[in-house]
Amino acid sequence: MRADQTLSLQANDFELFELPEQFKLDLATLTQRWKALQAQTHPDKFVAADAASKRLAMQWSVRVNEAYQRLRQPISRGAYLAELRGHPVNAEDNTAMPAAFLMQQMAWREALDDAQGDATSLAQLADETANAKKAWLSEAEAAFDTTADTAQAVGAIRALMFIERFLKDVNQQLDALTP
Amino acid sequence: MALLQISEPGQSPDPHQRRIAVGIDLGTTHSLVASVRNGIAECLPDEHDRVILPSVVRYTGEGSGRQIGFEALAGQAADAANTIVSVKRLMGRVRADVHDVDNLPYTVLDTPGMASVETRVGPKTPVEISAEILATLRFRAEDSFDDDLFGAVITVPAYFDDAQRQATKDAAQLAGINVLRLINEPTAAAIAYGLDQASEGLYAVFDLGGGTFDISILRLTEGVFEVLATGGDSALGGDDYDRALAHFALQQGLGDHAPAPETLSNADKANLYAAARKCKEALSADGVTEATLSCPLDSGDVHVTMGRDAFAQATEALTQRTLQAVRRALRDAELDKSDIDGIVMVGGSTRMPVIRDAVAALFGQPPLTNLNPDEVVALGAAIQANQLAGNHTGDALLLLDVIPLSLGIETMGGLVERIVPRNSTIPTARAQDFTTFKDGQTALALHVVQGERDLVADCRSLARFELRGIPPMAAGVARIRVSFTVDADGMLQVDAVETLSGVQAHIDVKPSYGLSDDQIADMLRDSYATAEADIKARAVVEARVDAERMILATQSALNADGDLLNPAERAVIDEHIAAVVALKSSDDAAQIEAVTKALAAATEPFAAARMNRGITQALAGKNLNAV
Repeated sequence: MRADQTLSLQANDFELFELPEQFKLDLATLTQRWKALQAQTHPDKFVAADAASKRLAMQWSVRVNEAYQRLRQPISRGAYLAELRGHPVNAEDNTAMPAAFLMQQMAWREALDDAQGDATSLAQLADETANAKKAWLSEAEAAFDTTADTAQAVGAIRALMFIERFLKDVNQQLDALTP
Repeated sequence: MALLQISEPGQSPDPHQRRIAVGIDLGTTHSLVASVRNGIAECLPDEHDRVILPSVVRYTGEGSGRQIGFEALAGQAADAANTIVSVKRLMGRVRADVHDVDNLPYTVLDTPGMASVETRVGPKTPVEISAEILATLRFRAEDSFDDDLFGAVITVPAYFDDAQRQATKDAAQLAGINVLRLINEPTAAAIAYGLDQASEGLYAVFDLGGGTFDISILRLTEGVFEVLATGGDSALGGDDYDRALAHFALQQGLGDHAPAPETLSNADKANLYAAARKCKEALSADGVTEATLSCPLDSGDVHVTMGRDAFAQATEALTQRTLQAVRRALRDAELDKSDIDGIVMVGGSTRMPVIRDAVAALFGQPPLTNLNPDEVVALGAAIQANQLAGNHTGDALLLLDVIPLSLGIETMGGLVERIVPRNSTIPTARAQDFTTFKDGQTALALHVVQGERDLVADCRSLARFELRGIPPMAAGVARIRVSFTVDADGMLQVDAVETLSGVQAHIDVKPSYGLSDDQIADMLRDSYATAEADIKARAVVEARVDAERMILATQSALNADGDLLNPAERAVIDEHIAAVVALKSSDDAAQIEAVTKALAAATEPFAAARMNRGITQALAGKNLNAV
């Protein structure tokens, strides 16, 4: 059989979308390629096809969606990239965090307890955390893409994981206030 | 995709041959069937030129034994207990889970697996009742085209869970319909709307039907319909507004003497809700500010004048529930309500001014109501059916839909470990590793649930199965990988494998709610095919249809990408095709199946090579565009 094959189901997420293996990513390009790949692989294109094509379409379409989901979110993208570079984030075992960030976490948790039911304080806390998130994202990008310091990048990703969970709690309380 | 080349050796392909494919909106209150004719999607009318079929089945016990649609509806007042309305509410549900079950004007039985309805001809399952409606629409389509149906796209509420989807598929199978795809109602509406208006941007589809509510947020770009988030309530619809209004009127009209609504007789319930519905519809007409709800009951006559304000007040809680779902969907899509370019209203219940006003107020812009909210879902489904059947020749659409509810596994202490989060684009697959908690444990019970709550008790149970034969190991050593696969219909399969020993278990999430293939076969026997010969004949016909499909699919693949094969490889495939062609007219279903299977196996490497070519081309094309 002719080999005009360039990709396999085993290609990594970045290879699949022909994107550079780095943290910084152009979301528009990713989305555009995701749609282009789905246009080729989606099971809807194979409804009248033979069983083998149907099964392959399902495998590819699932694989493309998986890679898109993972690359789209900076935290999962960072964790994946760290793993590719040999530094798994190992969220459960590796709890070492900079002391300053641990202090910050505690302060936020306290602020959240104090803000019970007060929309203004909650909104303020949400803003503050969102800003911290931006700062950590820049740090992750610099560590991954400029200094190639994966250990430091992993620290940033772990901080972002905490912030994400915390933001969810804040938003949940904010939602509870919306009639 | 271009028209498929349909040709057998010695015959020329017929370019005009097209496959009859329809879209079916199987609604709580009414159902429709639509198809694309001459490039335009249109709803197919019955012999009286009505496109709507009331989703009502009455078991008369005389003649054919049943009435369907308008005829059944007309008989409801006199025979409520045998006239099944709103059967969609029962699909894939056990009795305890049917919302407001005691207020239904017929008797719902607590049958295992799924609730059923007591009728004069015995208990009927929601699947059988829905199949009557689907079969009626199938015959309507086949009469319209004077040809057999190739297949149908059937719409379901986006918020339908796995059990409800399975029940819908079972009903279609029972009605003899080849389901090309189940698609979500709001997505279908978006197709019809988006293509009609050539829209691009972010849209919210607000779909309030007779018994279900969906909200979907979509991004429309160049023929791609990408669902960003979906939400809703599969037990909230116009029926609930009728009931709220009826109960309010009962209170107002009879005061302290008002009986509890669920204690009314079936006939009284049917009459009261019909009167409430009439009053609601009157109040929804332009310029009408007052309507009368009038209904004789055993316990006294109800005669109440309702204003729009009173109606809004009586149904306020229901309207608020829809708005809450909208807010959550926006949040899931990470969008603000001001980001939305338009709100498409779908479903007859969006004719209510209270709904239009509430939606306009929430989004700060009036909703779009230029397409008939009753027909838009069926029209969108017809467009998609036409594509899936391969009839469409223009630019292809692409639907990227999501699962509405998270899927997970029960873990220690009745907690849910989420494996596939809601709003994941389908098809999707996710896996998670679990382990044993006791030394020497050789089996692991897996409980699959669907829902957003952290406690198993608050989620819907989809299936239970066991992974057995794990070799004895110390607690925590076994690595049990549980994989969830959700296909393009939104249906789930679960696999479990102990990775050290390779012990496996697999389940199509079906037995705990859906019908087994044996049950389907039994029902088919009971309702359509009576004689043994018929069943055999059916198997032969099905095998022939499959063989035919396989030949067509392979030939169209060879036409498109035959250059991928060297002559020897090509010869092998041609031989297998010839074998199927030679046997496909035989009367031996097993023999036909065997050669069809052999052809499928022989084309597998070819299919892989074609897929790779498609993917390479997709990326190459986009690279050119990006430069």
